[in-house]
Amino acid sequence: MREKKAKKIVFNSAEEMPIMIASVGSQTHNLTGAWRNIRPEVDRTKCLQCGICWKFCPEPSIDIVDEWPVVDYDYCKGCGICAEECPAKCIVMVEERK
Amino acid sequence: MKKEKKMTLTLPAEELMACGHLACQGCGATLAMRYMLKALGQKTALCIPACCWAVIDGPYPYSSLDVPIYHCAFETAASTATGVKAGLEMTGDSETAVVAWAGDGGTFDIGLQALSGAAERNEDIIYVCYDNEAYMNTGIQRSSATPYGAWTTTTPVKHFKTRPKKDIVAIMAAHRIPYIATASISHPEDFVKKMRKAKDIKGTRFFHVYAPCPTGWKSRPEDTVKLARMAVQNAYFPLYEIEDGDKVTLNLKLKDKKPVNDYIRIQGRFRHLTEAQVASIQAEVDARWERLLKNCAA
Repeated sequence: MREKKAKKIVFNSAEEMPIMIASVGSQTHNLTGAWRNIRPEVDRTKCLQCGICWKFCPEPSIDIVDEWPVVDYDYCKGCGICAEECPAKCIVMVEERK
Repeated sequence: MKKEKKMTLTLPAEELMACGHLACQGCGATLAMRYMLKALGQKTALCIPACCWAVIDGPYPYSSLDVPIYHCAFETAASTATGVKAGLEMTGDSETAVVAWAGDGGTFDIGLQALSGAAERNEDIIYVCYDNEAYMNTGIQRSSATPYGAWTTTTPVKHFKTRPKKDIVAIMAAHRIPYIATASISHPEDFVKKMRKAKDIKGTRFFHVYAPCPTGWKSRPEDTVKLARMAVQNAYFPLYEIEDGDKVTLNLKLKDKKPVNDYIRIQGRFRHLTEAQVASIQAEVDARWERLLKNCAA
């Protein structure tokens, strides 16, 4: 699994800027979870472990950990595709509360 | 808790697209990119013209992809990829797959002559057009990929688009390039299989990928995959491949073709259409499907 939550690399001057795009997940400092107003929650008692939520996550913020889908709430934008596509309907979208 | 069950993933587990990108919620184009990188692997170089993905990727010098990216001008995706491939050949690297990754505006309208030139020369590149049926990045303007009846900001409800979508696959087939395929984000296994097949072919390979856009289509973000699947099942966007310009193979045979009405009605951009107009879309889709079946048989 990729190492996430990289620190934002700050460049103070134009000379410090790399000539190539700094790759390998350098955009992961952008925690897109703040965009979300509904959050997916996985009910493991109903989960079939089919991996369809992982397959259709556009972030991809669903990881497979020990054969279970685990949602990374730091990045999940709350689009709800996982809940819509889940064949067992074990993912429910819950309203986010602060 | 439950009986032991081994999880089988139908796609490669390797993830070359990182979180933190700037796509809208429920974006179809990100799924297309994710599946393509899963199929091609790390040895890939991307040329991205102005399109949604130029923004999604992140501002310079950050990137959410683990492959090299070349941001090029709007009309030059195919010619930039040609140059990158030639450069790699000079350094002795014939393994890296060079992909031009353009939206429908950069393929159907602005990038068409560069694409046509590259296809005519049969350059060794993969050209992927992810089709969200308008210029979504700049604010939902009409493109020649916009289908009949759709609302966009430049074709408002009173003057909606009355011309059908351009048949880009037929245009590319007329160039007699080795491989052309259509793919949909709702059928990732099929997409990955075809992309792997294309990787081993030499010459220009063209992919037309259907990528719904909740923002521009005025649909719910959770319906993205459902919309793509419906479009495949009602033959609005059939899945097929064309080899050497004439050998057409249908990848998904439809036993009972669903009506387009359900697909049309859950999108806000088609809300103004009357029953008669939807019937005319159905007739057009049926005619296109019959033509495709005839081409497959021939």
